[in-house]
Amino acid sequence: MANLVSIAKTVGANRIVPTVSIPYPLGDPSLSLEDQWKLRKHRVGVALDALATEITEPTIFEVKI
Amino acid sequence: MKKAIHYVNQFFGQIGGEDQADFAPEIREGFVGPGMLLSKLLAPEATVTHTIICGDNFFGSRKEEAIERILHFLRDKEFDVFIAGPAFMAGRYGFACGEICKVVQERFGVPAVTSMFHENPAVEMFRRDVYIFAGGDSAGAMRKDIPKVAAFAKKLVTKSELRPAKEEGYFPRGIRLEAFQYPPVSGADRAVDMLLKKLNGEPFETEMPMPKINRVPIAPPVANLREATIALVTSGGVVPVGNPDRIQSASATKWGKYNIADQQSLKAGEYVTIHAGFDPSAGNENPNVIVPLDALRAYEREGKIGRIHDYLYCTVGTGTTQAEASRMGAEIAQQLLDAQVSAVVLTAT
Repeated sequence: MANLVSIAKTVGANRIVPTVSIPYPLGDPSLSLEDQWKLRKHRVGVALDALATEITEPTIFEVKI
Repeated sequence: MKKAIHYVNQFFGQIGGEDQADFAPEIREGFVGPGMLLSKLLAPEATVTHTIICGDNFFGSRKEEAIERILHFLRDKEFDVFIAGPAFMAGRYGFACGEICKVVQERFGVPAVTSMFHENPAVEMFRRDVYIFAGGDSAGAMRKDIPKVAAFAKKLVTKSELRPAKEEGYFPRGIRLEAFQYPPVSGADRAVDMLLKKLNGEPFETEMPMPKINRVPIAPPVANLREATIALVTSGGVVPVGNPDRIQSASATKWGKYNIADQQSLKAGEYVTIHAGFDPSAGNENPNVIVPLDALRAYEREGKIGRIHDYLYCTVGTGTTQAEASRMGAEIAQQLLDAQVSAVVLTAT
């Protein structure tokens, strides 16, 4: 889970889930705590699904929140 | 005549082999062992006036003390160049040569030169600081390696013009010049020349080679998430308050593992980020924004995953060399394999 997905890809990560930013990958101080929780739960869920997904090349998984 | 001081280990200093590796630093007048050939080749411009001998284990395990003693030996000596080794493929000797060259250079403002085999780990550690010549992998190469070092040392002491690393034969220090002398072409011209060659499909040589990336084979998917053990790993520097393992805030060489078995989330005030590469305020206010233990626990409770591994693994990913990162990654991965972890969620900052 990384903000700089291009770097994640360059250094050889194969399953990549985008995060929000460098200092707070899975939060956002401009959002309410509840919205931050939703965002975090969603993206971690995407990461778990990514781990269970068959891939053939380095893949960036889509996040909705 | 210019003066050179030579550093060798206990073996080349003719003290003894591995049994003498704890030999404390000593300074002698004149040359010792390989210094004979070195001094001969430096003549008539320079000569080896002193030799420092130090056991490899002494230097490796009591580095500060070794350096202090050697600097003390040198405090009243006049010298124009400091030469160490050659160290060939010897790891501890290479480290000692690189380290002492760097320190002497900094302290006395005298250039330092050494030589070692390209796979000696000290090459990567010190090539930016010290002139390291590409040498052979064993002492059998002594007669080939010393002449290269001697010829270059002569150029240094006579202040002759130095050519680029590749022509001289030392490992590139990562210094790029805006203007070249031979031929005199500015950086802008060189860049455009390269671009034209690239557009025409002609071969060209970059001045900024990118490090080689090791491709990681794609891991097969987790067969059944509901039975899987998932571990959390981060390069975001999240550690218990007080940073018990003293992980560096930049250019890390250490990682830590922290028991999170009884925790539902990472609490502010108990965990902090010691990462020096970003504003830590959001992460310190809620460490879960860097290591999402709270969200992963929710999935554990819901049964989406089997369980969360008992330990969080952490290091700092800023200024960290690829070599250190690879080593730490391999060490952490081995622990996760031993603990039969099924998959990892790694958060990067």
